[in-house]
Amino acid sequence: MQRGTPSDQRPTDVYFFATCLVDLFCPEAGMDAIALLEREGVAVHFPQDQTCCGQPAYTSGFADQARSVALKQIQLFPNDWPVIVPSGSCAGMMRNDYPRLFADQPELQAQARALAGRVFELAEFLLNVLQVKWNERVQDRSEPVTVAVHTSCTARREMGTYEHVHALLGQLAGVKVVTQEREAECCGFGGTFSLKLPAISAAISDDKADAIKASGAQSYVSADCGCLLNIRHTLEKRGDALPGKHLATFLRERLSTPDDKS
Amino acid sequence: MAVSELKFVPASEFKQRTGAAVADPHLRRSFRTAMDYLMAKRAAQFPDSAALERQRALAEHIRKYSLSRLPDLLEQLERQLTANGIQVHWAENGEQANAIIVGIAKAHAAKLMVKGKSMVSEETELNAAMEAAGIEALECDMGEYIVQLDGEKPSHIIMPAIHKTKQQIAKLFAEKVPGASYTESVDELIGIGRALLREKFMSAEIGLSGVNFAVAETGTLCLVENEGNGRMCTSVPDVHVAITGIEKVVEKLEHVPPLFGLLTRSATGQAITTYFNMISRRRQPGERDGPKEVHLVLLDNGRTQAYADEQLRTTLQCIRCGACMNHCPVYTRVGGHAYGTTYPGPIGEIFSPHSMGLATTHALPTASTLCGACAEVCPVKIPIPELLIRLRGDATHPASPGHAPLAGQGAAASLLMNVVWGAWATVYSRPALYRAVTWLATRLRALTPPIQSGWTRSRTPLKAARRTLHEELARRRGK
Repeated sequence: MQRGTPSDQRPTDVYFFATCLVDLFCPEAGMDAIALLEREGVAVHFPQDQTCCGQPAYTSGFADQARSVALKQIQLFPNDWPVIVPSGSCAGMMRNDYPRLFADQPELQAQARALAGRVFELAEFLLNVLQVKWNERVQDRSEPVTVAVHTSCTARREMGTYEHVHALLGQLAGVKVVTQEREAECCGFGGTFSLKLPAISAAISDDKADAIKASGAQSYVSADCGCLLNIRHTLEKRGDALPGKHLATFLRERLSTPDDKS
Repeated sequence: MAVSELKFVPASEFKQRTGAAVADPHLRRSFRTAMDYLMAKRAAQFPDSAALERQRALAEHIRKYSLSRLPDLLEQLERQLTANGIQVHWAENGEQANAIIVGIAKAHAAKLMVKGKSMVSEETELNAAMEAAGIEALECDMGEYIVQLDGEKPSHIIMPAIHKTKQQIAKLFAEKVPGASYTESVDELIGIGRALLREKFMSAEIGLSGVNFAVAETGTLCLVENEGNGRMCTSVPDVHVAITGIEKVVEKLEHVPPLFGLLTRSATGQAITTYFNMISRRRQPGERDGPKEVHLVLLDNGRTQAYADEQLRTTLQCIRCGACMNHCPVYTRVGGHAYGTTYPGPIGEIFSPHSMGLATTHALPTASTLCGACAEVCPVKIPIPELLIRLRGDATHPASPGHAPLAGQGAAASLLMNVVWGAWATVYSRPALYRAVTWLATRLRALTPPIQSGWTRSRTPLKAARRTLHEELARRRGK
């Protein structure tokens, strides 16, 4: 799905939905995503009452529990501003699954649909809506680096945001993206799958870690915190120090200028 | 012949069985190599993704249309086949189907049945039933022959012996095939099989086949194959029995080519198979060959349960190409036997709960990361991840009001899981409580347990950040 708005309708305000994983395990990725939005002149609003999109319960077959959590999130964004999510997986839940979740409640479904229409994954929003052109404005002065990209399965197959990350990285002169073997394959996380069937999850995750290592990349990025944590902690267990970053952190670090650091 | 060693794995053993499978480096390597090969062959057949999308949309439409008229089309098929001289039988379950086929064989005093490849006959465990009736049932598809020789079941719906190496097959033939000496030459191995099977085709009184598409309008049974054994089984013996699931019917002959083209490309990366058989009649007066009697057994075995529910009905769109298995990160690592069901992989995870009930299959829908690779390659666009989520819910909950319960509905219901998800919903739907709990987690990060259930089996422990994003941003605003 390609979404975008003409540049004269560039939003001045956006909501930020951090996701529960970013909130508790990667808050720096959330701060960096907000910084990236703010440096484009957008005011970022963070409703303090947000928790989780509800996906863990939904994919485990506990739809009622997912609904009760999703219902709270739907009510958090009263103004007609875009809702930016630094995760293809959680954005996919809000965009595609919320309307399904409320299929039996027309009024709530209408609300869910209205929200779904303004949910954006971070990379998609930066590229298509804000239409960032970093290569024209800033110089990527950091050391040249090679990176492997892991795109979450939801981002790739449900949100269609695979090219967006590559396009953003392509705007940074010093960044060279290297391809890993079976790049389109899942990292093995799968949410509660990693706890329910840990042996299979470990086998898939180890193969992904092997592929990223074998690519020779100096670093890896993912726009999804779930995959990132899975790959990071798998590598760490193997005693491997290959650094991995959330896309937002990677971009913010590369684009940092002295006045950004305030 | 011991065909029943690899009987179905109870849900309680599913985890152990798959755990053992991923720990087997030999199995891992053989599946990885074979699946990479099949994925590359398929991809080479679809260079134009826009064209593929158009073909998939058409195929999906044909399957949905056919299913929307299923009862009518089945009646039309029966009328037309009967008019063509083909006898039609209906079976509610595998036992009935087997009894029908055993009955036909006995009526002809058959001692030997030669079998073309048929997954539905695997589903009904026909071989065991024939054996019990004192009739030899011999698999003639090379892959099926190999697994039958070794007392196994297929590990893949298209390539039954894909889990075996050339060396294993060489050893198996040398041990089990009379007169065969050890050779690792694939051509020689196939030669051994061919010579043996030729004899059997000539002496069998009855031949069995599956059906890929049954055309209602013309009363035609279409059979897709590469080895020619399907044609032998359906034309040399005096009696031909075809068996298929009730979902395989399409209305018109013109509905077949779009499905056929996607089936072979998706399955084996072939633009067309070596053989495509269209069977519409038995031998006619004056004709020199062909069976004197043709039968079709139409099997339900849980299909009407899937049919009755609009969402679950999409399961029946399947044309059995196996692409979902080849592309599944789980199947490619555990192989087909670990599932313990006739149909392994993603399609098995959504079909087996209907054919076998959720009581014994409720673990299958959990064997997925929901990555969506299956749905992406499915030629008829079955939304497999959505169905897996649906079945996870059906396995753990009673049927919702207005919905008929599935067989085994709620079999995996657990008080513990209800408590866990109930507690989760309580915390995550109360923002103040959520902030308090996550705040506490950050303050207790020094106490992070070194063992975290399945997570730390292959990963370092997850540790909360020093401050949540909520807290960071609240502080920033307070400045």
